Amino acid sequence: MEHIRTPKVENVHMIDRLTPRKSTVGTLYLSSTHTIFVENSEARKETWVLHSLVYNVERFPTNPSGSPLIIRCKNFHVYRLLIPQERDCLDVLASLTRLSRPECYGELFCFSFNPNLDKELREKAWGFIDLKAEFNRMGIPSNLWHVTAANHEYRLCDTYPSELFVPKSAFPAVIVGSAKFRSRGRLPVLSYFHRDTSASICRSSQPLSGFSARSSDDEQMLQAIMKSNPISEFMYVVDTRPKLNAMANRAAGKGYENEDHYTNIKLQFIGIENIHVMRNSQQKLIDVGELAAPSMSDFLWGLENSGWLKHIKAVLDAGVFIAKAVAEDGVSVLVHCSDGWDRTAQACSVASVLLDPYYRTIKGLMVLIEKDWVSFGHKFSHRYAHLDGDPKEVSPVMDQFLECVWQLMQQFPCAFEFNERFLIQLHTHIYSCQYGNFIGNCQKERRDLRLQERTHSLWPHLWENRAEYTNPLYRTDHSQTQGVLKPLTTAYCFKFWKGMYGRAEKSVASHQSPADCLNAVREESQQLEEELSAHQERLAQLKEKKTSGGRKKTNKLSERVRRPIPTESKLSSPLDYFTTTRSEKHTPSFTLPLELAAPPKNGDPDDLSTCSDFESGVADLSSRSSFFFFFFFTCNSEKI
Amino acid sequence: MEFAELIKTPRVDGVVLHRPFMPTVEGTLCLTGHHLILSSRQDNTEELWLLHANIDSIEKRFVGSLGTIIVKCKDLRVIQLDIPGMEECLNIASSIEALSTLDSVSLMYPFFYRPLFEVIEDGWQLFVPEEAFKDLESMVLFYPWNETTLFGLPKEDEEDNIALWSAESAFTVDEAVMMRAAQPLTGTNGRRCKEDEKLINATLCAGKRGYIIDTRTIAVAQQAKTRGGGFEQEANYPQWRRIHKAIERSNVLQDSLIKLVEACNDQSHSMDRWLSKLEASNWQSKVKEILTTACLAAQCIDREGASVLVHGTEGTDSTLQVTSLAQIILDPACRTIRGFEVLIEREWLQAGHPFQQRCAQSAYSNGKPRSEAPVFLLFLDCVWQILRQFPCSFQFNENLLIMFFEHAYASQFGTFLGNCVAERVKLQLSQKTVSLWSWVNRPQELERFLNPLYEPNNLVIWPSVAPQSLLLWEGVFLRWNRSTKCLDEACQEMVHIIEYNKELQNKVNSLRRQLAQLETEDSPLQTP
Repeated sequence: MEHIRTPKVENVHMIDRLTPRKSTVGTLYLSSTHTIFVENSEARKETWVLHSLVYNVERFPTNPSGSPLIIRCKNFHVYRLLIPQERDCLDVLASLTRLSRPECYGELFCFSFNPNLDKELREKAWGFIDLKAEFNRMGIPSNLWHVTAANHEYRLCDTYPSELFVPKSAFPAVIVGSAKFRSRGRLPVLSYFHRDTSASICRSSQPLSGFSARSSDDEQMLQAIMKSNPISEFMYVVDTRPKLNAMANRAAGKGYENEDHYTNIKLQFIGIENIHVMRNSQQKLIDVGELAAPSMSDFLWGLENSGWLKHIKAVLDAGVFIAKAVAEDGVSVLVHCSDGWDRTAQACSVASVLLDPYYRTIKGLMVLIEKDWVSFGHKFSHRYAHLDGDPKEVSPVMDQFLECVWQLMQQFPCAFEFNERFLIQLHTHIYSCQYGNFIGNCQKERRDLRLQERTHSLWPHLWENRAEYTNPLYRTDHSQTQGVLKPLTTAYCFKFWKGMYGRAEKSVASHQSPADCLNAVREESQQLEEELSAHQERLAQLKEKKTSGGRKKTNKLSERVRRPIPTESKLSSPLDYFTTTRSEKHTPSFTLPLELAAPPKNGDPDDLSTCSDFESGVADLSSRSSFFFFFFFTCNSEKI
Repeated sequence: MEFAELIKTPRVDGVVLHRPFMPTVEGTLCLTGHHLILSSRQDNTEELWLLHANIDSIEKRFVGSLGTIIVKCKDLRVIQLDIPGMEECLNIASSIEALSTLDSVSLMYPFFYRPLFEVIEDGWQLFVPEEAFKDLESMVLFYPWNETTLFGLPKEDEEDNIALWSAESAFTVDEAVMMRAAQPLTGTNGRRCKEDEKLINATLCAGKRGYIIDTRTIAVAQQAKTRGGGFEQEANYPQWRRIHKAIERSNVLQDSLIKLVEACNDQSHSMDRWLSKLEASNWQSKVKEILTTACLAAQCIDREGASVLVHGTEGTDSTLQVTSLAQIILDPACRTIRGFEVLIEREWLQAGHPFQQRCAQSAYSNGKPRSEAPVFLLFLDCVWQILRQFPCSFQFNENLLIMFFEHAYASQFGTFLGNCVAERVKLQLSQKTVSLWSWVNRPQELERFLNPLYEPNNLVIWPSVAPQSLLLWEGVFLRWNRSTKCLDEACQEMVHIIEYNKELQNKVNSLRRQLAQLETEDSPLQTP
């Protein structure tokens, strides 16, 4: 609170750039955790923006109408404010700049966020994802793979989890020796085991090979991994970096495996660019989304120039290569990049999604993120700028993984249990610091921060709300659900992710979502099923009574089935006060070049509330229009 | 002329057919006057029947005595035929070339086609103009082919093409109308035409405003004056305001389509190259331009209650794109299958869009374009964009749009033959050919075109025209370049969910009735 200079500013304008007449006036409040904008209108619509989601705040020169301030969020929402007094604007700017850049972990929102869970529930929540159980699911430990205690108390590698799975045939000395020959001690360990072929995906960092160095332990380690797959005579080493980058690393005493030193390995470079290239690429992509009134050419040129989709394709191609090796050729793969925590995590997890239907379920994706990202030391706090720190460490690595999954969802609409909203929600929480899951840079750091005692876990919260995140087209017995996904990675298969990057302008929001409609239909079907059995029971009762002559008062027949209405409160539970903007309606995103601004006859062309005849149909079973009518509202309103 | 003269080799055995995402088929190739047929003569292998009219261009290649013909179709499909024997291959190729470029309309397949189905509802009798305009009480109807009779327009005026459409329905309060026309022939010295002014001004009541949407930029419209065309001087049309929008002329569009399809067909493109080629084709820009103008027209009517007159140069291309899309935005009736058919009939066929000329060649034409232009395809693309943004507001699905695209370019039906109503009357299409509508409107066919998510609503639907909201129409442009198995499964799943729901509703309703009946029968027994 010492950072808040002005807690309340009145007569602030929230500007809608595409349709200026949609701009609103209200009061801006600054709390220790949120910026809150309350409209002066009767609806008192509130917009909450979490400080830790603020990416930057920019002030523009004061003009006669006030001082413009733009708040850009890490989840790509943009808020444009006009503050009447320059002094207030400067205060808000200074406060927000400070509040959005916490200097130490203790300042993060997760340590003050309190959803009123008792201690027991909180502890249970942290046990929601169990990685040991996950390896068991893969059939590990087995007669060829076991858990090693070598990294107990993070002795061997402080960025790895304490429990590591390695080939049984690798002796402790080999493990230690291999760790010494790998960057930051990140030795080759098991990430995924494919039961059908016994081929495995292992991961590590680059070897410290330089121009000539070698380690017999590391060579034996790879040999042991290869041998753990009895049917294959060689293994792939996938270096996810461009070959040039890998070669440059040799000068620093690092590099890649020399095929002459390791027996029966095939080295494959994939060419995913480094974090700096990705950071710049995403910035360009965001700039494209923010263009004021882009022409089609501006947009497509900007998209090409950002290189973003090219990078997404590279990540997906890496996953496809690994999945094919494992599933089709039955060959084990060791994946690494430089440190083995960015590109390696991407490649391994994309491959896992392709290989294993489990990772395409809601719970499975949580498990996968917990395994390949959280436990293996992906540097969340650095990459997603949780703390004010080195901007060169920041990079949208996880964004790219989530987008790869989204691109796959476009090609395989029935294969995933979750929907786009789930991915976007995950993305938001990776940045938000509301839950403790993604705080810190490795397991050891999280343990030292005692996160499990001091913060809450995101997973059970998402799980409880899973109805929101369910893809209606998913069926466990569907052919698309089974087996390995083989996506096409031709350039034209990749799309701009509008749901993620098109959020700078509210007016661009999508209009009707078939998935939401279908979900509601399915929910209604469920209720109908229940009603059906209740009626059948009642009918049987009545018939029986009739024959026996007696009768009891029945439940009201007039009770009608109503479409389950997915209320806003369900979409964003009270705990989720990021950026809940309510009852926004889309407007034609073109402006009429007319001076005579006659007031619209029916209100907004798309203001559906004027069609009152629909409302009478709400309870009418035979008409579904009332329901879809409602959907126009929810679909048009913005969700976080 | 006998087709037989053009067919030197009617039959070749041992021909191998390659199609993307399908197994190769070996069989016998037959040429008839209108079809290229490949049959494996095995029971469960489907035969290929390709209309010559669907063939856009062919390429020949020889390796030794094995010839290969690559057939590029107007529906954008590319197939490859391996034909043993050089002479056979050359003969086949020259026959295909000749048969696919027949000049005489009366030799076209629709004149020879006899339907295998029973025509229950004759499509030629389906859409009578009077019916379509029955809501318009104060307007006088005239027929597009009697150009001078009704209004006594001067002969030199190109304004022979006015049609009226009422926006008078639930969502507009006032009687705003949308009209289309060709440009006025003002010329460089600002000629006036009293009748034209009277006609245009008569559509507005006192105190009402109207907008003239010229689909050309002001510069292009100025240029048109030197060729005798031009635009309305506002002084002479006092209640009207003129707005210029830039929709590309049709001659540029063909080039755009060719570039787009070329980009889509090269799977080796890197991401950069693909995006840059997509951009360079300019196709998506056209979609955006047209939709934006249509939204503007719709906005004038819906928001301002103003009448709108749309015209470009001839009033048979960009004008029709704008008026028909505006109606889809405004009028829920146009989003039903029947309503959409009416729209195509009224705003395209009867309005005189020159289908024959515009659809003579498609994306693989390599000759110098004459008057070919994918004006209609662009319109369908725009409809698809709206459909995609409002998946619950249309009774039909993407398949209907794709079907119209196919039939506009090559069809067994006579509907899209000719360039205007007058030509069609002269060709006696309604007597000599079968109407597309006779076929589409059969319940068996309609099923394929129904959108399971459709819920009728009376709303105006405003599409987003932001570039990120407009996508490449994969159903047409990537149709032959990827497998659609997974997407088709998703559609089936959707149908499945909805069907199941309906079934449950029926069951519950019938049980409710039963229960209600039982309970009322019971009620006298109930003592208070």
